[in-house]
Amino acid sequence: MTEPVLELSGLSKSFGALKVTDAVDLDLRPGEIHALIGPNGAGKSSLIKLVAGELAADAGSIRFDGREISDLDQIERARLGLTRTFQVSSLIPEFSARGNVMFAAQARRKSIFGFFRQVSRDRELIDEAMEALDRVGLSGRAAVRVSELSHGEKRLLEIAMALAMRPRIFLMDEPMAGLGQEGSAKLIGFLDKLRTQAPILLIEHDMDAVFQLADRISVLVSGKIIARGTADEIRNHPEVRTAYLGEDAA
Amino acid sequence: MPEFVTEHRLNILLALILLGGPLVAHFADEPFLVTLATRATILALAGVGLNIALGLGGLVSFGHAAFFGVGGYAVGILASHHQTYEPLMTSPFVINGTNQMLVLWLVAVLVSGLAALVIGALSLRTSGVYFIMITLAFAQMIYYFAISWPAYGGEDGLSIYVRNAFPGLNTLRPLDFFLLCYAVLIVVLLAQWKMTGARFGMALQAVRQNEGRVAALGLSPYRIKLAAFVISGMVTGLAGALYADLNRFVSPTMMSWHLSGEIMVFIILGGVARLFGPVVGACLFVLFEHAFGSVTEHWQFFLGAALLAVVLFARGGFIGLVAGRVRHD
Repeated sequence: MTEPVLELSGLSKSFGALKVTDAVDLDLRPGEIHALIGPNGAGKSSLIKLVAGELAADAGSIRFDGREISDLDQIERARLGLTRTFQVSSLIPEFSARGNVMFAAQARRKSIFGFFRQVSRDRELIDEAMEALDRVGLSGRAAVRVSELSHGEKRLLEIAMALAMRPRIFLMDEPMAGLGQEGSAKLIGFLDKLRTQAPILLIEHDMDAVFQLADRISVLVSGKIIARGTADEIRNHPEVRTAYLGEDAA
Repeated sequence: MPEFVTEHRLNILLALILLGGPLVAHFADEPFLVTLATRATILALAGVGLNIALGLGGLVSFGHAAFFGVGGYAVGILASHHQTYEPLMTSPFVINGTNQMLVLWLVAVLVSGLAALVIGALSLRTSGVYFIMITLAFAQMIYYFAISWPAYGGEDGLSIYVRNAFPGLNTLRPLDFFLLCYAVLIVVLLAQWKMTGARFGMALQAVRQNEGRVAALGLSPYRIKLAAFVISGMVTGLAGALYADLNRFVSPTMMSWHLSGEIMVFIILGGVARLFGPVVGACLFVLFEHAFGSVTEHWQFFLGAALLAVVLFARGGFIGLVAGRVRHD
């Protein structure tokens, strides 16, 4: 068995009396897609925020590559190679699609202090951005301002930015949200291949996508992991059916 | 808007007008108008400085007069020591005064940059209205410090009897001094233009638009904003240095909050984040002051009306009105 890249143990977070994350153990191994499902309000996005460092945990540990990273802030964790995508697209609205991905490529180089060389002539950044856009099928829209892209295109641009970061792990918060059937199908095919590049911790509401993609599935209800297993195991898990799938099956 | 009115061409036209006006005035034997244009040029430079923080970075500093004043006082203090032949300090090493503009500018830029580093490091921990208020508070602190510092004139200010020197120019001739200030402005504008399209400019504009995203990509918004704030303070400090030589006088009024507000007005009139926005704004401001100031002492009423019109009907300021929206590749 290969060592996990990411390992959470006993991770907890409360907002007042509300436990959004309750002693969660979870790991992510090389080459896998580990899906996190659960009803609305189960604390899935909060868990991603805890891992990415946007929220500080109250207790528990987060190990990345065998190293404890709980004390690192969001910026330091991103630099180690934890790259997240957002549930609601979070882009630079006045930049073009290419400009956004170029900026991600610049960020990967940790490069701030360039004052003379024009990014519009920066072949390295442009080539990398175009390659990432091409992989998600957006190269035809490279010059379009983000504010003029469709919702689906913005979702894909999120993925392209994450690709340009060349992360060690992807933290994806509902990448399919609002993509439509055709778009989702394409993205499923894409993520399926992406797992070999870096493992993916995937939050997703689209059950078809989860069952097709996930090597393992963890079910989160009220901040607690109530079940974990392969797609088949989860599909037939009695507790999961009542807590979660029951609503959808009706 | 028609395609031929690109912002780039408009900028070149504006730069030529700002150069041509004083040249005409000089040959028409109107030195006062040359000096007026010099004042507009220097105020424009102060606005260019603020525009880097406010326009590109979205950092609404209401205390930039502090850097303007610090730059001015750096010149005033060094020049006064040059006049009296008393060293500024003798231990641990001797620092003499000077009347060389190149040295004075360098000192002004360094000192105002240092002030911006300290003020920025503390202020940038806040944002929004708190940032506006804390930058104002720091500027007021420096203002009152200057008033209560009798060694350098206190409330009465400090005179520079002879304008400082620049190699190869007679800085006392209005046209020479104008051309010098104009050259400084153009060099700074070119540098800002380059910077805006380079990696730092991208990072700064990204921080303004979506700070959380920048952090998620592993870049520190705080460091980016602090660097911008320091550069911004340096440019405004350089303008203060020129202003001291223009008037051959520095006083605490250079640091008053009125001036901080006026610098902001230049940017809003001309166009926020537009390269030539503060240049247009400062020229309009000086023209208003000159044209209406001779008619009524309430000339600021007209300025206020113009400002209101811009905010209500032309959010992009003058440049936005003529050249349309900002374009990005």
